[in-house]
Amino acid sequence: MAGQLPGTDIAAEMAGVNAHPAAGQPLLRIEGVAKTFGTFRAVDGVSLDIRAGEFFALLGPSGCGKTTLLRMLAGFEAPDEGRLLLGGTDIAQALPHERPINMMFQNYALFPHLSVRDNIAFGLKRARLAREEIATRVAEMVALVKLEGLEQRKPDQLSGGQRQRVALARALARRPQLLLLDEPLAALDKKLRESTQGELMELQRRLGMTFIVVTHDQEEAMTMASRIGVMNAGKLVQVATPRELYEAPRSRWIAQFVGDINLFDGELTQRDGDRLVIATGGAGTLIAAAAREPAGGTRLSVAVRPEKIRLSRRGTESEHAAPINRLDGVVADVCYLGGTTTYKVRLDAGGMVQASLANSARRDADAYGPGQPVVAAFAPDDCVVLER
Amino acid sequence: MHKPARLSRFNIASLALGLAFLYLPIIVLVIFSFNASRLVTVWGGWSLRWYHEFFNDRAMIEASWMSLRVAVTSATSATLLGTLAAVALSRGERFRGRTLFSGMLYAPLVMPEVITGLSLLLLFVATNAARGFWTVTIAHTTLTMCFVAVVVQSRLGSLDRSLEEAAMDLGCDPVRAFLAVTLPLIAPAIVAGWMLAFTLSLDDLVIASFTTGPGSATLPIRIYSEVRLGVKPEINAICTLVIALIALVIVGASLASKLSSSQGESAAPL
Repeated sequence: MAGQLPGTDIAAEMAGVNAHPAAGQPLLRIEGVAKTFGTFRAVDGVSLDIRAGEFFALLGPSGCGKTTLLRMLAGFEAPDEGRLLLGGTDIAQALPHERPINMMFQNYALFPHLSVRDNIAFGLKRARLAREEIATRVAEMVALVKLEGLEQRKPDQLSGGQRQRVALARALARRPQLLLLDEPLAALDKKLRESTQGELMELQRRLGMTFIVVTHDQEEAMTMASRIGVMNAGKLVQVATPRELYEAPRSRWIAQFVGDINLFDGELTQRDGDRLVIATGGAGTLIAAAAREPAGGTRLSVAVRPEKIRLSRRGTESEHAAPINRLDGVVADVCYLGGTTTYKVRLDAGGMVQASLANSARRDADAYGPGQPVVAAFAPDDCVVLER
Repeated sequence: MHKPARLSRFNIASLALGLAFLYLPIIVLVIFSFNASRLVTVWGGWSLRWYHEFFNDRAMIEASWMSLRVAVTSATSATLLGTLAAVALSRGERFRGRTLFSGMLYAPLVMPEVITGLSLLLLFVATNAARGFWTVTIAHTTLTMCFVAVVVQSRLGSLDRSLEEAAMDLGCDPVRAFLAVTLPLIAPAIVAGWMLAFTLSLDDLVIASFTTGPGSATLPIRIYSEVRLGVKPEINAICTLVIALIALVIVGASLASKLSSSQGESAAPL
């Protein structure tokens, strides 16, 4: 059952898992883990290594299996296949209370009948620590999450942010080897979420603890995590640093899931070194740089992030020596967002392209308006070539 | 806070009429329990004579004592069984026939008492059980268990599952998690369930008369048989005492459910 699974490595590679050779043994090794509910395969052959001291984010749309994976790590679900090795021992079938892992629940799950102090002390009492030891550790935790003076309050007398801190302190109090956070900031409003993100990162660095956070919010994942694992339909589709994930997505799906992107579908017509010439339906012929050999034949997509696209008035653009893609079009829609403005440009070739420009000057007399004929330009190196 | 709308005359009249309809008979009964006259319908001045009479009436005292014992025993065992059933139905794995079980749990709530009483009588006769205290207690346990289960189950349903998971995550095995977290949170519902079972048992006549045996009449049976021979003012005194006891229990039960609702989660129905 928990033995060697033939084909696991191949499956993992196919799923696009980055083989990050960690120094020494990883803290947690997830090996070909699968979980089926009825006929629904919630988690489908996930393999992943988590290093000690890492801040790892599991990112995916709702229903992708990320929470099920987290619950298997916590012990609330038992995997149907695969192994969970924590420091070399298989914990796949261990009960929650037998694991040196703690979890912070999405709704915090604070005990409503206990005070802040008793909530934090709950896990320490079960660990049969001496009373003085419990008192010291609770005081330590209260100071760590800045809840001094609120020890006697009941959870329903706290604000959302304070409850979140109590939940965090309670989960950290047992000094787990691994802390799981299920959508830790989902219940907070935007401003509080941003400051709490910073505090969580700071805390993780200071304690040197390993955090795995589950989130559907890509900004949150990118801000906090050193590595992100993207899940879709039960599979881990890419594990990468935030930058890699954004700049070099592995598939069309990931490219569209993480951030905004322009996608042009086309056929490969010519190859010149690492330059690919691709005839697209909506944007004419594009030149793209391909870092690696596209394996899926000639049906390709060219993906460009909106902020990589420069706009200029027709006839005024300067000639570049480097090969560049120039697309003629007319501004169809302008969306002012404060820091940036998003322009939707209807291309003469038929497609639409979205360009995002930083509003670097307070007064911009040259801002483009709807109906303005423009040229959208981007370098081949800013393109990602994806198989269709 | 905006001012509540003032009651119209029609509202006041219908409220008064409704309350009068509900409580006038009871008020009359309570007042007449302090009547000095031997005749039930003739007022003869205030007196505690009939209370005195009651406390000297051995048969009545015995019946009251029997009723109290039955009520306490059956309420306690019904609370135990009902709570276990509620926990199994709302916390256990989804076992086969769970829906059927929940449905069956609710059936005694709507079953006519005559049928429940008769079927229990048949069971006791078939098993040759000596009818008396224990048969009435068992019958009342079956009747009130489902009420307790319903009250506790609704409380469990409103309780977040992740609380138990958090307890397990923090080092409790499933049993300890239940004892340390779930039980304190459903305790008000359990108390309310007990009180409900207690009052139901105390005023049950039909099932008790089917399942009791010679020499072990409960208070309602005793009162009923006395009344058939003519209403003595003493009955009024007994009824007043029963009303006082039940009112006390009801107030206790609603306090318990209020306590339960003030702990963040939604209230137990009562």
